Amino acid sequence: MRRVIHWTHLLVCIVIMGYSGLAWSEMQLDLTPGVTAISQQIYGLHRLMFICCVVIGVLVFGAMFYSMLKHRKSQGHKAAQFHESMTVEIIWTVIPFIILILMAIPATKVLIAMNDTSEAALTVKVVGSQWKWHYEYLDYEGNNTIELGFFSVLSTPREQIETPIRSAGLFPVGLASFSGDRVLPDKSNDYLLEVDKPLVIPTGKKVRLLITADDVIHSWWVPDFGVKKDAVPGFINEVWVKVPLGKEGIYRGQCAELCGKDHGFMPVVVEAKSPQAFDQWLADSRETQRRAAEEAANSVEATFTFDELMSLGEQEYLAKCSACHQANGQGLPPTFPALADAAIAKEASKLGEHINIVRNGKGAMPGFKDTLSPKAFAAIITYERNAWGNDTGQIVQPKDVIQDH
Amino acid sequence: MGDHHKPSGIKRWLLTTNHKDIGSMYLIFSLVMFLIGGVMALVIRAELMFPGLQLVDPNFFNQMTTVHGLVMVFGAVMPAFVGLANWLIPMMIGAPDMALPRMNNWSFWILPFAFTILISSVITSALGGPSAPNFGWTFYAPLSTTYGPASTDFFIFSVHLMGISSIMGAINVIVTIFNLRAPGMTLMKMPLFVWTWLITAYLLIAVMPVLAGAVTMMLTDRHFGTSFFDAAGGGDPVLFQHIFWFFGHPEVYIMILPSFGVVSSILPTFARKPLFGYSSMVYATASIAFLSFVVWAHHMFTVGMPLAGNLFFMYMTMLIAVPTGVKVFNWVATMWKGSMTFEVPMLFSLAFVILFTIGGLSGLMLAITPVDQQYHDTYFVVAHFHYVLVSGAIFGIIAGVYYWLPKWTGVMFNETLAKWHFWSSVITVNILFFPMHFVGLAGMPRRIPDYALQFADFNFLISLGGFGFGLSQLFLVAVVWQACFKRKGKAVTDQVWESAEGLEWTLPSPAPYHSFTTPPLVK
Repeated sequence: MRRVIHWTHLLVCIVIMGYSGLAWSEMQLDLTPGVTAISQQIYGLHRLMFICCVVIGVLVFGAMFYSMLKHRKSQGHKAAQFHESMTVEIIWTVIPFIILILMAIPATKVLIAMNDTSEAALTVKVVGSQWKWHYEYLDYEGNNTIELGFFSVLSTPREQIETPIRSAGLFPVGLASFSGDRVLPDKSNDYLLEVDKPLVIPTGKKVRLLITADDVIHSWWVPDFGVKKDAVPGFINEVWVKVPLGKEGIYRGQCAELCGKDHGFMPVVVEAKSPQAFDQWLADSRETQRRAAEEAANSVEATFTFDELMSLGEQEYLAKCSACHQANGQGLPPTFPALADAAIAKEASKLGEHINIVRNGKGAMPGFKDTLSPKAFAAIITYERNAWGNDTGQIVQPKDVIQDH
Repeated sequence: MGDHHKPSGIKRWLLTTNHKDIGSMYLIFSLVMFLIGGVMALVIRAELMFPGLQLVDPNFFNQMTTVHGLVMVFGAVMPAFVGLANWLIPMMIGAPDMALPRMNNWSFWILPFAFTILISSVITSALGGPSAPNFGWTFYAPLSTTYGPASTDFFIFSVHLMGISSIMGAINVIVTIFNLRAPGMTLMKMPLFVWTWLITAYLLIAVMPVLAGAVTMMLTDRHFGTSFFDAAGGGDPVLFQHIFWFFGHPEVYIMILPSFGVVSSILPTFARKPLFGYSSMVYATASIAFLSFVVWAHHMFTVGMPLAGNLFFMYMTMLIAVPTGVKVFNWVATMWKGSMTFEVPMLFSLAFVILFTIGGLSGLMLAITPVDQQYHDTYFVVAHFHYVLVSGAIFGIIAGVYYWLPKWTGVMFNETLAKWHFWSSVITVNILFFPMHFVGLAGMPRRIPDYALQFADFNFLISLGGFGFGLSQLFLVAVVWQACFKRKGKAVTDQVWESAEGLEWTLPSPAPYHSFTTPPLVK
């Protein structure tokens, strides 16, 4: 098998030699064996199926090519006239049937093992929404009052994504950049597969994931775990993962079900820590979250200056709003309306509506009341009402945004 | 029989009830749709040529994948088959025309309107207007219901129209085959193309209403307050998938069975040897059609079905490999010890058998539920279904067009250009789709406008293949243009090909406007 893969690898290399800014050594041709017992069993099945298919292919195509070479008119071959044989029809019905049964047995065994979510040490609820994942730790070794939860969002900067790369091979650097003055940033190693906060799980313990969604269907996929499960709004799916001890590390995947505009920008990252490190992380994270909640509660009463709000607002806007409404506030009408010079962001009478839309969402836009601290929320509103020449001079404070208007 | 009652100009085409005129319109329409859908595919490949967002925003990218799929399935492949059926079934069974000629006219003329509605939403969107359908050709709820753009209603209406057209086309085929066969043409003497179309027609009548039901439920969910697919109102988004794939899987066979029939006609001609295992071919086709109704949920192995459901659909799906294998083995046995020549229809048929089999084998891998959960929604799936649909269904259609074109036009097409078409297509189609297996296995999801860096090299290569394949189809346009509109080429005999057999080859070339006005006697 290895020789087949090397041969294709070589062929591909020859075909596109001269093009490549990227290391060939990183190129993967086959399914990953992964790190869990299940993912390795899946890989085993994949190899079994692959080898069977290659053998069948070689036999069928071998017969065809032999026939095409030998049984041709230009070779003076005279056509035989046979056209029926019950015996061979029965043979090539029964033999594939037997092969299929032999394939079905191991597949059934693996499938049954994949379905057994009993006796998990850790239970995490995974919620997909456009276009991020939310992880909530529900139960860890009998403790069901963990109260730890956070969003996990793509951390690749927008400018890395939005600047066309034409620097590799065929196109010299700078030639094709559409708006001449834009620099071409390098792309990070984990381009599109990196998040701000990964899901953290312990190794050596069975982790049960309860997967669902808030809006449309998503799919939570980590190839190294052999886990892909749809997140269906209104329903909960169960899967389990057990990363063996010693396999600590970072595992990356992506949303696998078309979920709207930024479906391609919704990675899944899981960090597997040793049980001790995990316990420490869990304690630290709970403490951090508690303090952040306290701070947010306090900040509701605080007042911030215009400049403070504008600078935080710009930062938060670029991170959370600019994918649709664009950094320059022009949006991508008509799907994503402009905010620059828009009534909603300029007229004083519409301030309440402006806040409500950001709080609760509207149409395709998600609500942000659970994802933004009151301070960041107020900063975004202030920024949107004063940036890009909107210049309303209005300042919105945290206490203004904590409820619907 | 003269052409005396034929109106001239545009009215001839608007009012025609002639099976050949309607067949030609279907085929030309499908070629136009093939090119439009192809341009959309090229937008997709241009965007994916390099990492980073290159040309279009992600929302427009989603519109391209969606409408590319819809146009190719409903606009290119299905009408091409109906076009072939119109031209060939009456000639093959010894009939003067189709049984229901006025309905035939209507079922064609619905299509341009259906696709104008659908494609107008894309044009509007490209010009800066509201979004066209952007939820994938599978239009899963709630992305297409609660979250669908306003143009979803255009989409629903156009799918209804396509469905009406397909159902009428299918009824016409069934009525024709059962009522207009020449004396002596028993069912088990019918050419395999007629058989595969008969079975396809039953599949169409069975599942197109299911599709109509799905889009109607979408419509009422969107506008009339129902909650078929909304859990908040007691519905279930997964129900949508069950209904869609109950249509969608038989649809897959609707798009391949007539190509099986075409290839089963061509291989014996150029191997100069009768088709091997005619009756087992008929039974295998019927078995495939029957099984296609009990495998739909293999598209849904990751939605969270109970274990028993996953097992049932895995076993049934694997079972389809048996009759499909029988067909492939029969084709190989037909070639075996023949006396083969390699005219263009034969070349496309041989490529069909090999490349369709590759798609079939990756289909077998996809049947295995645990592994499918890794393959699902990756480029491995994209590779699989393009092998069966492009180098399967479409190569079958092209083979058929080259095979019967001289009979239709009375002249031999430009064989040099046609060979260029074959070789450029067969090479580029593999550069286009084969590396998709690798990026899929390495973990690249489908329907994404940008990707991680490890997929960059293969995507570049795939895009090159895509542009090559797209350009190659211009040869087809040139060949069809010369043969059909310029009538350029050497006049052909009635039989056209040295050992072609069947009633259609007993008619003069070009085939007369009315086929068999007196039924031939079949011995």
